[in-house]
Amino acid sequence: MTNRVLPWIVGAVLIALPFVYSAPYPMHLMVVVLIWSFAYTSWSVMGRFGLVSLGHGGFFGVGAYSTALLWNYYHLSPFLGIPIAMVLAVTLAIVVTYPCSRFRITGHYFALVTLALSAIVQQVATASRNITGGSLGYTPERAQGGGHILAFQFTDKLTWYFIALGVWAVGLFVRWRVDHSMIAYALEAIAEDEDAAGAAGVNVTSEKLKITALSAAMTAFAGGMYCQYQMFISPDTVSGINVSLQMVFAAVVGGIYVLPGPTVGAIITILLAEGLRIFFGTGALGWDNLVYGTLLVLFIIFLPQGLVGAAWTRLTGARRTA
Amino acid sequence: MFDIYLLEAAINGILLGGVLALLALGLNLIFGVIDVVWICYAELIMMGMYGMFYMVSVFHVPFLIAALLTIVLVAAMGVVLHLLVIAPLLNAAPINQLLATGGVLAFLQALATVMFGIDFRNLGIRLPVIEVSDMYISYARLLAFGTALAAMVAVYLFLSRTYTGTAIRAIAQDRQIMPLMGVDTRRIYLVTSAIGGGLAGLAACLLVLQYDVHPFIGLTFGPITFMICVLGGLGNMIGGFVAAFVFAEIISVAGLYMDLEWGYVFAFVFFIVMMFIRPRGLLARRQ
Repeated sequence: MTNRVLPWIVGAVLIALPFVYSAPYPMHLMVVVLIWSFAYTSWSVMGRFGLVSLGHGGFFGVGAYSTALLWNYYHLSPFLGIPIAMVLAVTLAIVVTYPCSRFRITGHYFALVTLALSAIVQQVATASRNITGGSLGYTPERAQGGGHILAFQFTDKLTWYFIALGVWAVGLFVRWRVDHSMIAYALEAIAEDEDAAGAAGVNVTSEKLKITALSAAMTAFAGGMYCQYQMFISPDTVSGINVSLQMVFAAVVGGIYVLPGPTVGAIITILLAEGLRIFFGTGALGWDNLVYGTLLVLFIIFLPQGLVGAAWTRLTGARRTA
Repeated sequence: MFDIYLLEAAINGILLGGVLALLALGLNLIFGVIDVVWICYAELIMMGMYGMFYMVSVFHVPFLIAALLTIVLVAAMGVVLHLLVIAPLLNAAPINQLLATGGVLAFLQALATVMFGIDFRNLGIRLPVIEVSDMYISYARLLAFGTALAAMVAVYLFLSRTYTGTAIRAIAQDRQIMPLMGVDTRRIYLVTSAIGGGLAGLAACLLVLQYDVHPFIGLTFGPITFMICVLGGLGNMIGGFVAAFVFAEIISVAGLYMDLEWGYVFAFVFFIVMMFIRPRGLLARRQ
């Protein structure tokens, strides 16, 4: 019963929140948390089936850079630019995942091959500095008069809050649908034993491709949104290994097997980083990652289900999974 | 048409290949024996490079003694890494081990940022450049190449001639049976971690002569080392050796015609293409 009512209550509270309290800084934090929660949820869509990808930093970067470049060079509205970026990311994902799954590249190998993918995106963004500005970063041109619907640029935080909230909710819904579909059973079987799943009639390659394409598209969307909100991107902040690891880390801390896990992970990691920044000032450089790194190791050793996962097990008394 | 610059790039590629082969050897040894990928391997090298910097530039320790201390230091870090992070996860899912060392990667990067700051630092030692018929070959690279080869031969002799080395190779072949044969796997794992760390320390001593140290230097070597290992077939030391030179040549020759970053891009694309053609590594037998 609580399972049915709870999401609606949480949703209503989140929609009502800005009408009660809407100071700019907390609103900004909420938007950032929501965008990253969506990105982490996108990663967990495939990550929870044992398909641990370190290439999502690449998909995120493709989303962010394509959107910004199409807008600046061809004046293509992000409403078209983001879908194009998603198509590009999906193409990239398929080009890499198809052979991986055909040739049985799984586990370690899969993580390392996808790691190469995020490294490629980062290097290309850095190397083509005539077009992308290289490591100095890149800014989408401002539309006239600040906020502009067609340019997908809004100056006030409230608009962004509702957009981010909507996207995040859709992200959770997509993951919920995936978790309760036939494809979830197929992928769980594949995660247990690929040969057995194949023998039982699961089309291993096709199932893996579908979930990877979905996850890559969502991540590219998150990248495009991040670009539109921050109005500044650089190869290190939107692509590369560190972004990939950041996604994995947040998802693992929250718990990848439970729906709100990645969101809780995003709340914890972003509040931690902001808290340290406020507490230490500019001297905080590096402290947040010091804490992240330590926590990631501790979580994987002692609490591999993540915070929400462990709490869920404790509450429901369900038998341990994972 | 003979292009002297191309030859120079090719020779520099071979010299770079020697160092990359050394990096790949350490990682392959650990993977082959313990079945764990240390994602943070390049960060161990970064810590070693800082060790060299502080010992040589700040405390004025003679270079060779500092190098020895660095090798011991990083070997000890390897052992600590194994005891604290890998040992508790030996029976966990392989991907959890990978992610845990990913956490160590973030931790070491941040630790270096907090402790040493983000400035670029170098030893201030400028080794001479050798000029051979219009080609400029850096002495530091030559030294790195020679030392790396010598270290690889030493590791090979250790693995093939000593009792412990034989036990290490045996465990790499069959993890289940060796404990039954009376080999203490925990001790072998520690020895292997120490050797892997020691090789990272040696690489640090060689790289610090050519590159500035900063907390994110690991990202320059890390991805490329993993790709070399995967390209050669994870755990396959000879494959890794060959792959290191192939990679180094691509980076070096492509860097001649375009920016260095494009050299890396080509190497990475080559890697992904090769995964389609030889998914189990360059030297793997076809099934």
